[in-house]
Amino acid sequence: MGFLTLTNIQKHFAGGVAAVENFNLDVDRGEFVSFLGPSGCGKTTTLRMIAGFERPTSGTITVDGKEISNKPPNQRNVGMVFQSYALFPNMSVADNIGFGLKVRRRPKQDIAKRVAELLTMINLEGRGDRYPWQLSGGQQQRVALARALAIEPQVLLLDEPLSALDAKIRINLRKEIRAIQRQLGITTVYVTHDQEEALSLSDRVVVMSDGRIEQIGTPSQIYNFPATTFVASFVGTLNLVNAGVVDASTGRLSVDGQEILASNVGGAASQDGRVTLALRPEGISLGEGSDGSNRLRGSVEDVNFLGSIVRIRVRLGKDDGAEHEAIVALDTFNEPHLKVPDVGEAVTISFPREAAFVLGAARGAAAPAAEVGAEV
Amino acid sequence: MSESDVALPAIGLDEPPARPGRRVSWAWLGIVPFLAFAAAFLIIPTFYLVNGSFHTESGEVTLQNYIDLGQPTVVEAFRASIEISLVTAVIGGLFGFLLAYAVIRGGLPGILGAALMTFSGVASNFAGVPLALAFTFTLGATGLITVLLKQVGIDITQSDFTIFSKLGLEIAYLYFQFPLMVLIIAPAIAGLKTEWREASENMGASSYQYWRHIALPILTPTLLGTMILLFGNSFGAQATAYTLTGEINIVTLLVTRQINGDVLNNINLGYAVAMGMVGVMGVTILAYLWLQRRAARWQR
Amino acid sequence: MKGTKLAWWIVFLIGALYFFVPLIATFIYSLGNPIAPGAPPPTFQAYGEILNSSDFWGALGYSFIIGIITIIVSIGLLMPTAYWVRLRVPRARPLVEFITLLPFVIPPIILVFGLIQTFSTGPLPLTNTDMGLNVLLVAGYTVLSFPYMYRAVDTGLQATDIRSLTEAAQSLGAGWTRIILRVILPNLRVALLSGAFLTLAIVIGEFTIASFLARPAFGPYLQLLGTNAAYEPAAVTIISFGLTWLAMIMIAFIGRGGRTRVAVTGAR
Repeated sequence: MGFLTLTNIQKHFAGGVAAVENFNLDVDRGEFVSFLGPSGCGKTTTLRMIAGFERPTSGTITVDGKEISNKPPNQRNVGMVFQSYALFPNMSVADNIGFGLKVRRRPKQDIAKRVAELLTMINLEGRGDRYPWQLSGGQQQRVALARALAIEPQVLLLDEPLSALDAKIRINLRKEIRAIQRQLGITTVYVTHDQEEALSLSDRVVVMSDGRIEQIGTPSQIYNFPATTFVASFVGTLNLVNAGVVDASTGRLSVDGQEILASNVGGAASQDGRVTLALRPEGISLGEGSDGSNRLRGSVEDVNFLGSIVRIRVRLGKDDGAEHEAIVALDTFNEPHLKVPDVGEAVTISFPREAAFVLGAARGAAAPAAEVGAEV
Repeated sequence: MSESDVALPAIGLDEPPARPGRRVSWAWLGIVPFLAFAAAFLIIPTFYLVNGSFHTESGEVTLQNYIDLGQPTVVEAFRASIEISLVTAVIGGLFGFLLAYAVIRGGLPGILGAALMTFSGVASNFAGVPLALAFTFTLGATGLITVLLKQVGIDITQSDFTIFSKLGLEIAYLYFQFPLMVLIIAPAIAGLKTEWREASENMGASSYQYWRHIALPILTPTLLGTMILLFGNSFGAQATAYTLTGEINIVTLLVTRQINGDVLNNINLGYAVAMGMVGVMGVTILAYLWLQRRAARWQR
Repeated sequence: MKGTKLAWWIVFLIGALYFFVPLIATFIYSLGNPIAPGAPPPTFQAYGEILNSSDFWGALGYSFIIGIITIIVSIGLLMPTAYWVRLRVPRARPLVEFITLLPFVIPPIILVFGLIQTFSTGPLPLTNTDMGLNVLLVAGYTVLSFPYMYRAVDTGLQATDIRSLTEAAQSLGAGWTRIILRVILPNLRVALLSGAFLTLAIVIGEFTIASFLARPAFGPYLQLLGTNAAYEPAAVTIISFGLTWLAMIMIAFIGRGGRTRVAVTGAR
């Protein structure tokens, strides 16, 4: 039994729309868990149910053994950081942070002391008498965090707190949030649609789609062993190739007439013996590679410099004049003396067996290959 | 927000070459028609009154007219006007606020909100003669309410109450004060972000605490500012009062009588009274603008 | 939570009652006040009298025409000014905005006082002729329209980023006439039409200025009728209310899909 437990949570809105279905989760004390998924997947709705702003249609939520599913939001002792900060504009920073304590009728000196502590923790010492409209976005978010922590909540909830900020500030701020969370050891649930954020911050990630949990696991598990196509495509970039099964027991597959060995096949093949093969771009290299690697021939389609990474797209297939449609992208680190192939050049790409795994039955005969996922 | 005075790009608006001072003076020609019109029909007429108030009938400069504002008739007129304006501003403001809140946040069906807004637009323009007449048809000697009350045994025609009194005027004025408050406060109420309420609940605050520490402080500048606007609105109202009751002594009717004939026996005193009105309105508008600027701070 | 919702319903109903009772009372009165003891059954006779009365149509027509002229003068004066202030003389903005706020500080009763005194003598004795008085009336109403008309045009210009549009048109070779007709006016359509309907509603209902300038306008007509007749004023009041509704509906219709600021000035 975890510290924060959601059991069989369902949320249906009027009209039969199922926002969240069959949500089960145990969060340990002090753990940092992210809800990751695209807009509309139900992650924010679930978070709001923990906070009490939405009532589950059925299911229970318990914190430290006590059920809170029916308690009104102002009696739950969970601290929430809103996407839009929601700082009270008529109050100073200090008053904002101390508001929860004032509501609990703590003595003025205690409140002042605690506020000072928190201001130091968020690096806004001495700025207590500023007003929210005088602060930058990043500063406002830090105040919102301090406000939520001031009441020493049992659980900390964050609803896409960084999505309104610039990229650089986002990266700095998320490190600060994680550091503070570790220091305080507070159980935390973090909602985001940014997979990089989720992977870098969390102890565990809950990937959601269409109101359901797709997978729960550590960042490494989610990334390296995605349980479903959705997870594989949402987290990181992925090449999806339509391949034929030659021999399921040994994992031999045929891609565009060329044979490779995949790390798993199982019973994943569809009717006509075709499967969806997933290849991570960073697992593929130019050239023959080491002995035992899979090799595929193709020609360079285009080359993209993305900063620290160069992404080369290769159209698979021998140069035999026939139409080949499968294109895979491979990522290689950008070095000063990197020799980059020309467009149209015939190349060989190689990848180890572990970089190729079968996701499931082929998704329709249409696309021979697809490149999905987030841009680096 | 003010535009920056940066020089306009050469491509685009045709400008003579920039010479310090010269470019500005030519461009101002464009607003001369407006300035001339305003001067002729607004500023000079006002100045005429200002000037007149500082002169006697024979043309000497004097402050006597302003001293004469201490006459009982004039003082009483100002007192009555201020009283009526205060009453209708406060009641109009408070109930108008409640009305707006009811349709925006009170859980009433959305269509009632739209209906109230549209009706408020109409009602605030219904003021004047038609409004006064409508209230005589309601609370006058043979008005609807009067007749209905008589049927249950209450005869207001025998009582002290009459629609043609200060109280009657106040009742009628509310008809355009409520809508004005509703129209102006509605955006402010809608602007109370839901997240603020949720954040306060998250902090453990009760409904009362949310109102006391967050919602009311945020709304107060707009509430107060609009009530001040209501005050000015009522103070300057003439048509309704004239139609409803030409006898009451309020400032606008005093000026009315003065224009129609020299009831003060001193035309220049009339100018001073007019200036007194302008003074009151001026202070009102300044207070309103100041409060509006404070309210704008939370709008980020 | 249910208790508070009931409270808000009560508030709304009290408001609705306060607003509707006078309207209902007026309507009943217009039917001959059948509820009064000894009165005949309801009849539309009053409406018939009014709609056949040349005074009614004369006054309404006069106010309508004055309204149209005011709209033309007001737009013709304020639109170029707002455009010029925005694009060419930003420094004039405080002055212009101050002037457009003056009508709040100088209510109609004071304004007409000043107009009469100023123009009854001197170089321009407009008060001596009918046409002169008409000019004063239009001028007075135009001044009254400053606050909302200027604000409407200015907001419209801001919303359509008129500077970029003008520059684009000029770089494509358009002359000023074409720019005004094809670029500026179409983009201000909503603001101008809303302002026009509001002006019309205000002019038709106005009493103070019209009565002191002794103009045969709708406001003074109704006021006089109110002192002389019994049921006809009620009929005219209902008609007047209906006309105001019409104007507001037109404004809402024109402004649909956008935010319309309904200004609140006019007869009091």
